[in-house]
Amino acid sequence: MPEIRVTPLGAGQDVGRSCILVSIAGKNVMLDCGMHMGFNDDRRFPDFSYITQNGRLTDFLDCVIISHFHLDHCGALPYFSEMVGYDGPIYMTHPTQAICPILLEDYRKIAVDKKGEANFFTSQMIKDCMKKVVAVHLHQTVQVDDELEIKAYYAGHVLGAAMFQIKVGSESVVYTGDYNMTPDRHLGAAWVDKCRPSLLISESTYATTIRDSKRCRERDFLKKVHETVERGGKVLIPVFALGRAQELCILLETFWERMNLKVPIYFSTGLTEKANHYYKLFITWTNQKIRKTFVQRNMFEFKHIKAFDRAFADNPGPMVVFATPGMLHAGQSLQIFRKWAGNEKNMVIMPGYCVQGTVGHKILSGQRKLEMEGRQVLEVKMQVEYMSFSAHADAKGIMQLVGQAEPDSVLLVHGEAKKMEFLRQKIEQEFRVSCYMPANGETVTLPTSPSIPVGISLGLLKREMAQGLLPEAKKLRLLHGTLIMKDSSFRLVSSEQALKELGLAEHQLRFTCRVHLQDTRKEQEMALRVYSHLKSTLQGHCVQHLPDGSVTVESILIQAAAHSEDPGTKVLLVSWTYQDEELGSFLTALLKKGLPQTPS
Amino acid sequence: MAAHLKKRVYEEFTKVVQQQQEEVATKKLRLTKPSKSAALHVDLCKAACPADALQYLLQFARKPVEAESVEGVVRILLEHYYKETDPSVRLKIASLLGLLSKTAGFSPDCIIDDAINILQNEKSHQVLAQLLDTLLAIGTKLAENQAIQTRLVDVACKHLTDTSHGVRNKCLQLLGNLGSLEKSVTKDTEGLTARDVQKIIGDYFSDQDPRVRTAAIKAMLQLHERGLKLHQTVYNQACKLLSDDYEQVRSAAVQLIWVVSQLYPESIVPIPSSNEEIRLVDDAFGKICHMVSDGSWVVRVQAAKLLGSMEQVSSHFLEQTLDKKLMSDLRRKRTAHERAKELYSSGEFSSGRKWGDDAPKEEVDTGAVNLIESGACGAFVHGLEDEMYEVRIAAVEALCMLAQSSPAFAEKCLDFLVDMFNDEIEEVRLQSIHTMRKISNNITLREDQLDTVLAVLEDSSRDIREALHELLCCTNVSTKEGIHLALVELLKNLTKYPTDRDSIWKCLKFLGSRHPTLVLPLVPELLSTHPFFDTAEPDMDDPAYIAVLVLIFNAAKTCPTMPALFSDHTFRHYAYLRDSLSHLVPALRLPGRKLVSSALSPNIAPHEDPSQQFLQQSLERVYSLQHLDPQGAQELLEFTIRDLQRLGELQSELAGVADFSATYLRCQLLLIKALQEKLWNVAAPLYLKQSDLASAAAKQIMEETYKMEFMYSGVENKQVVIIHHMRLQAKALQLIVTARTTRGVDPLFGMCEKFLQEVDFFQRCFIADLPQLQDSFVDKLLDLMPRLMTSKPAEVVKILQTMLRQSAFLHLPLPEQIHKASATIIEPAGESDNPLRFTSGLVVALDVDATLEHVQDPQNTVKVQVLYPDGQAQMIHPKPADFRNPGPGRHRLITQVYLSHTAWTEPCQVEVRLLLAYSSTARIPKSPWIEGGEGPPQVDTSIEGAIPFSKPVKVYIMPKPARR
Repeated sequence: MPEIRVTPLGAGQDVGRSCILVSIAGKNVMLDCGMHMGFNDDRRFPDFSYITQNGRLTDFLDCVIISHFHLDHCGALPYFSEMVGYDGPIYMTHPTQAICPILLEDYRKIAVDKKGEANFFTSQMIKDCMKKVVAVHLHQTVQVDDELEIKAYYAGHVLGAAMFQIKVGSESVVYTGDYNMTPDRHLGAAWVDKCRPSLLISESTYATTIRDSKRCRERDFLKKVHETVERGGKVLIPVFALGRAQELCILLETFWERMNLKVPIYFSTGLTEKANHYYKLFITWTNQKIRKTFVQRNMFEFKHIKAFDRAFADNPGPMVVFATPGMLHAGQSLQIFRKWAGNEKNMVIMPGYCVQGTVGHKILSGQRKLEMEGRQVLEVKMQVEYMSFSAHADAKGIMQLVGQAEPDSVLLVHGEAKKMEFLRQKIEQEFRVSCYMPANGETVTLPTSPSIPVGISLGLLKREMAQGLLPEAKKLRLLHGTLIMKDSSFRLVSSEQALKELGLAEHQLRFTCRVHLQDTRKEQEMALRVYSHLKSTLQGHCVQHLPDGSVTVESILIQAAAHSEDPGTKVLLVSWTYQDEELGSFLTALLKKGLPQTPS
Repeated sequence: MAAHLKKRVYEEFTKVVQQQQEEVATKKLRLTKPSKSAALHVDLCKAACPADALQYLLQFARKPVEAESVEGVVRILLEHYYKETDPSVRLKIASLLGLLSKTAGFSPDCIIDDAINILQNEKSHQVLAQLLDTLLAIGTKLAENQAIQTRLVDVACKHLTDTSHGVRNKCLQLLGNLGSLEKSVTKDTEGLTARDVQKIIGDYFSDQDPRVRTAAIKAMLQLHERGLKLHQTVYNQACKLLSDDYEQVRSAAVQLIWVVSQLYPESIVPIPSSNEEIRLVDDAFGKICHMVSDGSWVVRVQAAKLLGSMEQVSSHFLEQTLDKKLMSDLRRKRTAHERAKELYSSGEFSSGRKWGDDAPKEEVDTGAVNLIESGACGAFVHGLEDEMYEVRIAAVEALCMLAQSSPAFAEKCLDFLVDMFNDEIEEVRLQSIHTMRKISNNITLREDQLDTVLAVLEDSSRDIREALHELLCCTNVSTKEGIHLALVELLKNLTKYPTDRDSIWKCLKFLGSRHPTLVLPLVPELLSTHPFFDTAEPDMDDPAYIAVLVLIFNAAKTCPTMPALFSDHTFRHYAYLRDSLSHLVPALRLPGRKLVSSALSPNIAPHEDPSQQFLQQSLERVYSLQHLDPQGAQELLEFTIRDLQRLGELQSELAGVADFSATYLRCQLLLIKALQEKLWNVAAPLYLKQSDLASAAAKQIMEETYKMEFMYSGVENKQVVIIHHMRLQAKALQLIVTARTTRGVDPLFGMCEKFLQEVDFFQRCFIADLPQLQDSFVDKLLDLMPRLMTSKPAEVVKILQTMLRQSAFLHLPLPEQIHKASATIIEPAGESDNPLRFTSGLVVALDVDATLEHVQDPQNTVKVQVLYPDGQAQMIHPKPADFRNPGPGRHRLITQVYLSHTAWTEPCQVEVRLLLAYSSTARIPKSPWIEGGEGPPQVDTSIEGAIPFSKPVKVYIMPKPARR
């Protein structure tokens, strides 16, 4: 029995360290290769020893696919390819290929230079790893080998994020990675065609949430910034370097443009600058507005947003500053925050979630006095606002994608178990497809029923066509023929040809059946009644009354005879060949019901 | 499309048979030309290979064929068709047959037998498809012939089982266009021609080829459009097609569902998997809503558009489209809109939001949450945040239409519309502002909503701001704080964009007159009066102060207690503004000026009739002109013209009529004056210099008649006749003057001939109106026409002269509605002392902004003229997209004019003005004579002349010499 096996090494009922193994028709594919943000020991990377204890991974994996550049989807890649050892192809989209090494390098720097970890991958390893990458375009079908092919679909979420279809023969799996079904200011919505995969592996971060319209959030955000700036206050927006930062930049930039505002906007240099460069480059991956207007002006060439310098923080007058990192736990954003916290005219807007223990979390939960290092107490007088800008699909979005793709079954990853459970029920209820949610290391096996192509001889096909109506694509059709299986090829030929090929003689097989009917009339009359009855019921068939008193329906012969013992009973002799089995059995059943009472 | 379909729905299902008028057989003289068919025949016989034949056919197709030679050509083509073996040539012949059968005046029933005949023997699918197309062309031409229609339908049915999708497509198209409309199926004795077209087409909804499925749905829609009432069973079939794999099928299916839902809105359909039942229109609405989140944006646009026209939907279904049923971690969450509303009703306004303010409240029953099949749920929420702006615009339009029919829905969708004001695409923002304006009678803005609306006032796009001003003109505000807020924001807008001045004043005018009671408590604050102290008198020229006064004065119009709060200088300012900005400041009944106000304001209503009467009387008086001596006539005309002009100034409603008649009278006056000249009595050679006046008069009359003809909207045919008549007189005058002042006869010959041609032309154009022109110049002229044709120029001139003197003054019937086209250039203002400097040889772009009133078809007629100091004039044609249409009869031209010139030593002024271009043939009614002529009536798009219709504006420019 052919089957698809799926084993999450990470992201099974969990968020982070996405890594899913899929075996489909004898091919093994690894989807994503991420790290976990919550751990600093071995648990931060997936357990690759599951694949093989010893020996190169290359022998066991046909390819690796990376959906997008977030570290929880690609963070373990250099470790996996260089330290564990994998030489096969790694597939990702062009923007991911461009931005991924920047983030990996940053991650490495923090881990090695700041935290002083040993036995970590080196810059060289990142470079070597990236050499194994094969970049793919959207909707380009890439032939990994003779049988395995993959295809990327647009996923929204971040620049270059893609969903991948993995296909072997007629079986296929779609892996969504992270995706977003509502477009935002710089990216479009995820889209997949009706590819009817055998399995859809979907993320489920917001399995139990239906989000409000994004317009309210945007409007709120802009209004707050605008009001503060008009009052002469300064606005601090702590962000992570990539993703939301660009969306907010575009939002503010267009707003400034529309409203003709002159207040300076800064963003802290470093990563963002480099990344912006790529955003400018990969215009085709952005949304409709940016794509359409880039001829006049590339939206990422910001007019109002300038690079930030440390000295600017003390400048008088209003300003807006984007600073990293997003949770106010260290770095530039924290420095600026300390400078501005004392003034009630200023404002800090937290655009994302903050982990417990960070300054961001403290101020969001309403703490107004913070203890800083060196026993300082910082009084927070500035306004603190929270705005959620998230780029994952919500429950409705996930359902929408499932509806679009029409898979045979669904598998949920990248989410919390409790929330997944709800969504799983919903999916099974609404779409009536099976839905799975394996934990890490747990294997799901789904039996598949692959379609097997069979060649049909032209003669047989033409004969069938001559007999009946046109073949219709979506309707099953009964066909008589002989299936010949020879050298792993399947052929459907007419029985005569099969006999000829095999050198066999034909045997006639004939069924005969007697139907007893209570009737006192003569045989001739009986036959006539049978004839008229059949003529009226079987309108599509050729019913004939032969001169010898028998009735034929197509090639089926019906004769009426008197019962040898009981004259009140007549016997109908129905005889048909094996080929007419269907009609023959129908006729007998019909006749057994008796003839209608004619007005005599 | 939707509107069209809808129109069909409401039309009665009756058939109108138009009887063809029997054409009068006219004898025509024709030149014998070498027969086309013969040439074609020769060509085709010459063709050695199919490629050659194809070439000949292609060449042949480029030339038109006359109606009477069509049949011959068709025969030749058919003959070759039978012989031809190459399918591509046969294809071309088939398509030519189709083209030829469309020829006007050719009845294709003679070739129908042949066409059907060759169809039966044809093997190639492509040619078959083309032949069916030809049959379709023939069938549409012979729409009245029932027998042929049934025959063609039979043919189509026979080929429906073809294996090629192209053939099936064409068959379905044929069925859709020609299928009989009688629903009752006439059973033939053989039981063969039981042709229920609907059923046949319906069977192909499940064809294997998506193109055929689409064609089947389209054929069904075509049947509907032709007036056949579709069965309700189609609905279920169409619903199945909604989940088709192909977008064009889904898109067509959405349309079909919509059509059926309009046909059977009230019938009941069961909900699958439950035993409940709902109205069909509700069910269809739910289904179409579901398509708003389809995978293909084409379908989404289609669905969103159609939603707008489903007005019979139950209100609870409608309201669901705006409700997405938010939840977070399985707990019910309120939307930001709901929160904002609550915040507002709790009396707290604009408090800072805390983290977790939107914390979800009650738990949601997991069983009850329906994630996908919720039908209408949140359709508009999805549509409005769609990725493609086409979908968003369609959704906004649909919202607008639904809100117009349901006030409750209007109230609900307000928040969403307000949100759309922040869309990233300007078009969408503009559309949503317009939508809001359209539904504004149904809604009252809450303060927080108003706040969001007003925030858009700072937008840098002028269109957006002006649309917003228009919106504010007709919005209802609920509180006095709201009015104050609006005023403050508008003043902010005014300081930021001073060019918006007029628009803002107008906006405040309406705002004031709509909310007098809300403005009343604000008056002391706005005028900064103090109960004890006198405050400084504000600057009268400050646009912001004027804006405030406009608001207050308009509110005071219906609020008699308000003037008591004014301080002395306010009254003075009122008097000033009432005079200078009378269109913005209404007449007030002020306590101190009883006399003035009572004279003015109470009489407004009955005032109109006397002035109308006065106009009529003064015009009638003029028509007795004929009996007066020349001197008296002149005086009377002068007085009347003066009266009319004054009347036009006083009564804006009558300005058009008064100006129009005054212009006509002025023409007459000029004519009389010219004829009164002494030059006529003296020998020609002596009066060379004095003839200036007469010829100038002729020229001016010509100009004025062009103005009358083209500058007024609403001029009817009977006026055009009179105007042309006046022009003819002017031309006659011109001819006489020239005859008198030039020596030699040679140039006169040409002029005379030309004039006679003009007369002839006049006669042909206005032959129907000639009886009206009893006793007029033309009337007499036509009587003498035979004599004129033969006589010498000198004699012609003499006749003309006497006739001009004797001819009667024609009565000008007044049109119902007449408006003079006018234009005002707002920008450039022409006040700047700083010259626009640019390098000579290069161009400088000058922004021109003008409002046009009562201009018909401004895209084609309005031009911009630039006059350089050296007399060089340049005419610029603005792009059609530069014209906007903010209201009926009003247009706005915002364009850029490129100036260039060689270097000047000093800055100098150029004049910019707007011209109204005209071509005199455009207005002339098409007489049967012209249409029946040899060639097709030529559409004359060339510009014959142009009338300036705006005040020129001076722009200071300075082309600098280029630096080397």
